[in-house]
Amino acid sequence: MAWTKKYLRVNLTEGTIKVEDLNMAWANEYLGQRGLATRYLIDEIDPKCDALSPENKMIMTTGPLTGTMASTGGRYSVVCKSPLTGAVACSNSGGLFGAELKSAGWDMIIFEGKSASPVYLSIQNEKAELLSAEALWGKSVWEADAILHKTHQDPQLKVAAVGRSAEQGCLYAAIVNDMHRAAGRSGVGTVMASKNLKAVVVRGTRGVGNIKDMPRFMDATNAGKAVLAENPVTGQGLPALGTQVLMNVINEVGAMPTRNMRETQFEGAHKIAGEAMLEPRKSDGKPNLTRNGGCFGCTIACGRISTIDRTHFSVQDKPEYWGNSGGLEYEAAWAMGSDCGVDDLDALTYANFLCNEDGMDPISFGATLAAAMEMFEDGDLTTEQTGGMELKFGSAEALCWAAEVVATGEGFGADLGLGSKRLCEKYGRPELSMTVKGQEFPAYDPRGMQGMGLTYATSNRGACHLRSYTVSSEVLGVPVKTDPLETDGKADLVKAFQDATAAVDSAGLCIFTTFAWSMEDIAPQVDAACEGEWSVEKMLEVGERVWQLERQFNQAAGIGGDQDTLPKRLLTEGAGSGPAQGKVAELDKMLPQYYELRGWNTDGSMTDATRQKWNLPA
Amino acid sequence: MATIAHLMPPGEKIANRIDIEVDEGVTLEDIITRFKVAPELAHLVLVNGVYIEPHERETSGLIKENDVVAIWPPVAGG
Ligand code: SF4
Repeated sequence: MAWTKKYLRVNLTEGTIKVEDLNMAWANEYLGQRGLATRYLIDEIDPKCDALSPENKMIMTTGPLTGTMASTGGRYSVVCKSPLTGAVACSNSGGLFGAELKSAGWDMIIFEGKSASPVYLSIQNEKAELLSAEALWGKSVWEADAILHKTHQDPQLKVAAVGRSAEQGCLYAAIVNDMHRAAGRSGVGTVMASKNLKAVVVRGTRGVGNIKDMPRFMDATNAGKAVLAENPVTGQGLPALGTQVLMNVINEVGAMPTRNMRETQFEGAHKIAGEAMLEPRKSDGKPNLTRNGGCFGCTIACGRISTIDRTHFSVQDKPEYWGNSGGLEYEAAWAMGSDCGVDDLDALTYANFLCNEDGMDPISFGATLAAAMEMFEDGDLTTEQTGGMELKFGSAEALCWAAEVVATGEGFGADLGLGSKRLCEKYGRPELSMTVKGQEFPAYDPRGMQGMGLTYATSNRGACHLRSYTVSSEVLGVPVKTDPLETDGKADLVKAFQDATAAVDSAGLCIFTTFAWSMEDIAPQVDAACEGEWSVEKMLEVGERVWQLERQFNQAAGIGGDQDTLPKRLLTEGAGSGPAQGKVAELDKMLPQYYELRGWNTDGSMTDATRQKWNLPA
Repeated sequence: MATIAHLMPPGEKIANRIDIEVDEGVTLEDIITRFKVAPELAHLVLVNGVYIEPHERETSGLIKENDVVAIWPPVAGG
């Protein structure tokens, strides 16, 4: 259904739940999900507040197309202030949870305050109640999921929960739904746990309704599905190889950040790539990949379902990990693989299972471990701090151990849970942290892909590839090829990607559709579903307004243009090999033009004219 | 590679690379044809990691000894 126009306000301090009407004037400006929830957040919290205090709020939010027949229309986001960055956090997840929440009749849930003891929220259509989570606290996401299914005696129950890492204060803890889908980045799970909220369980059976023009919506969504099916990326590449299709490609173009971004190519990439996941292994003749999987309503199905080799050291004594579970995505394989120098596919799959089981963002986890490994090799960290473990690049044992200790917060796991920035500061090597605004980089080295340098530097949630995926154009030639080593034109490209992405993230759709869909494919689906006029122009306007609003939040939180930068390593140390050899990230050539395009001052601050133009709150 | 990995000789799929001998003056088009890659699937064509535009793929002399040629269908991920 398009908006249900109702949401829940859950005050955890008071233990109360209220039903409120959605602000439709805001929905007209911000559409839903990422945009609309950020509008609520900026209205309701002081951006300067401590992200882990009861003053922060956490909004679980769907988009108008969540739960509909639109392909990939099952997304939800979690919006709050991030404890990792201090900036606005907005993490998006698929699976089945978001669509179920919508089917229960709710556009979003605003959580405020902090419960005195652990609780979870149970929603059965219109009935919502807070229940004790004493028995769930201290359990992993997977254990909590099993207990909740048993308690409610309902196999159809959809569960989103935090794991032990979040309870222990790991600053990049995720919220995991449906066992292996996650609102992964920026520590949204840490915020949830700080409120003593262990889980949200939902059962929604009210189904689809409130579509503005149903026949037109059917036509528009069917046309969209045909485009996805015919496109070689969304119709063949992603179902067959998942996002891991990229491992060899990005390595070949010399943009594969390796060993804490000291290098830009990884000699072991082919051993951990999507192609390797299809090869039968020696022990049992089965490949790592069992099958692909999809989120609610998705006709792409890029998800990976994998098994680990039972004879592998990580699981040989742990039969509980012998079954099928969520397999490696490219970002996870990169962060725990090439960034840590590890080329052991089974070790990566095991660490990935643990990230799902206890809710850690595998990007931040892998990149933080990579920084720790560099400090260990430089002698800033020793076995004294790690409790005996040799944190050497390339060590699969160290990777598996690290995932285990971050999951529980034990020993050095608590330090690794700080994230790369705080860890490097603690051990006196701040320059080794590969982060922007405190968030760890994803899998594209900006020296070999200049647009991504600008993307990371200006991303509203810290280093992130999902805010403007110029990789698509710079390397993959989708929709058009641009030169990855060129800076000219990249400011325009980044802005266009940022705005379009913000619009898609506000609709309830998955960003992977945009490998095949342009806004011409998306706007008609939104327009047929939602009241009001939703043209291509309006969608792009919404996207830009969302971007400006997030920037406004960050500025009010004290994060200004001085933080639109990259680590010194990327600005001064040239790439060591590949096509970008000798090249640094030339941010200074792109940033001024980008500010101008955004209508900001030369120091990156918001102008009054821009604030007024987008009708942003003061 | 990727969804065209089956065009590689058996046993070479994981390594994803093989050494080939070519005549002097060979073009990228010749190599694409030799491996029976359908034209619409030869989307990303790289020599030593650098993208070669479709119109340049018929030029001879672009490839030297020890160069690495990579061919991918349209791919994307995240
Ligand atoms: S493309 Fe992948 S991540 Fe996106 S909705 Fe489909 S299965 Fe989920």
